[in-house]
Amino acid sequence: MSTDVKTMPQEQLVAANGVKLPIYMDNHATTPLDPRVLEEMLPYFMEKFGNAASRNHSFGWAGEEGVETARERVAKLVGATTKEIIFTSGATESDNLAIKGVAEMYKEKGNHIITAVSEHKAVLDTCKRLEKYCYRVTYLPVQKDGLVDLDDLKRAIDDKTILVTIMAANNEIGVLQPVAEIGKLCRERGVIFHSDATQAVGKVPVDVNKQNIDVMSISAHKMYGPKGVGALYVRRKNPRVQISAIIDGGGHERGMRSGTLNVPGIVGLGKACLICMEDMPKESCHLAGMRNRLRDNIMGRLDEVYINGSMEHRLPGNLNISFAYVEGESLLMGINDVAVSSGSACTSATLEPSYVLKALGTGDDLAHSSIRFGIGRFNTEAEIDYVADRVVETVQRLRELSPLYEMAKEGVDLKQVKWAAE
Amino acid sequence: MSYSDKVLDHYSHPRNVGSMDKGSTDVGTGLVGAPECGDVMKLQIKVNPETSVIEDAKFKTFGCGSAIASSSLATEWVKGKTVDEALQIKNTDIVKELSLPPVKIHCSVLAEDAIRAAIHDWKKKRETAKPETVEARS
Repeated sequence: MSTDVKTMPQEQLVAANGVKLPIYMDNHATTPLDPRVLEEMLPYFMEKFGNAASRNHSFGWAGEEGVETARERVAKLVGATTKEIIFTSGATESDNLAIKGVAEMYKEKGNHIITAVSEHKAVLDTCKRLEKYCYRVTYLPVQKDGLVDLDDLKRAIDDKTILVTIMAANNEIGVLQPVAEIGKLCRERGVIFHSDATQAVGKVPVDVNKQNIDVMSISAHKMYGPKGVGALYVRRKNPRVQISAIIDGGGHERGMRSGTLNVPGIVGLGKACLICMEDMPKESCHLAGMRNRLRDNIMGRLDEVYINGSMEHRLPGNLNISFAYVEGESLLMGINDVAVSSGSACTSATLEPSYVLKALGTGDDLAHSSIRFGIGRFNTEAEIDYVADRVVETVQRLRELSPLYEMAKEGVDLKQVKWAAE
Repeated sequence: MSYSDKVLDHYSHPRNVGSMDKGSTDVGTGLVGAPECGDVMKLQIKVNPETSVIEDAKFKTFGCGSAIASSSLATEWVKGKTVDEALQIKNTDIVKELSLPPVKIHCSVLAEDAIRAAIHDWKKKRETAKPETVEARS
């Protein structure tokens, strides 16, 4: 998914009901830094600039102290121990390290990896690369609600399976996979379970022990931390998981990830985790309330609007809707003072509609018509109401312009029409 | 995607939106594209049977901003032209006028197709209605 940012007005405007424009509602793409996170990071740029690996002077110790405090905070949020947290440059690197690292380390044991078609590209493309090196990858389908079928997973595991990698929460539709059940199944079958929890950590409870997760990717900038920093959880016992490094060098992070630590970034990640842990119960209720308000506000006023993915198993701040007969990019243009994303081909680099929505069985027509709303910590109810109003009026306007809407209203079955371009 | 002011203008103030009676012999209807591809254009022309001049044009489009702009522009351009003149409109003219980026060229192609399809439909209707006229013309 991509966001149409260039058409957004740059100057700050104020709408009739007092909300400041443009409104940011694309919190699955990234989140703004929480001011409390920035405050925690600032000393680590100039005063405490030391290299955390400098063991013989106070500058290094100060950096190391910042890093170790952050490690404790990250570990605590996900129920891990500090030695199980490896800092990386973000979730893409974490996914690469997890999948390639396990594949390399366990290649004597087997060459089979299982993932799902709705995973993030950081997982899918890593798996695709491994296929070039004689690994075998099973891409599980997902059901209409976006969830993996556990029976499919059970059937896919064979004696050569070394890794199952399934995300905790989907970045487009916010659907939460049955991670605990997947973890239990993997543990029973002696297969390592990696979960890309980029969108889930800090938003919904994640516990590596309760959910039997062996390796897990974490990102800072999806939870109001800085960009360019993330972490990988690697289980140390019951069972002990080992991974091969993909970056060689000075042997930082217990040899699993060489490279001087991004101390301010790591400090920021730690603080972001601490805030999420403290605020999660209150924040998730508030976000779900706003999300439902947006949904009801839109769906109460428009017909033929479809929610993509399960509403029950979903991140509190996510709403992904298809507006039938309206193309997503034209809808984004109409609400250009609101930053959201679309699954339309016209907004993607590949000119293909969202593969995640296609995986749910959503037709290409409805995938082109989808909008992802990512509601976050700093959104307000006034913003929700403004966005709903703008969406409703723009959809109505574009439907007046839509030959498909006209045909549907005339009773034409669009599925039966022989389209010239097909 | 950053669009030209002309695209934004057509998107915000589309010209000639609407529908005409597709059963009328003077009306030609072109319906091109497919919902699965994210673009469907319906372009209609009303032609004077004596002069072959396109007296009115209407469109409705499902598609991105440049698809809407391309079809809106197409209706503006065909109005007042004879059908033969209208057939001279090329997608590259639309690209130039709207400063469409390369990834949006297919929108202009679709608009050209829509013009041709509408004229084809009108001609076909006329042939059925007055077969002798067609003979004289060919």
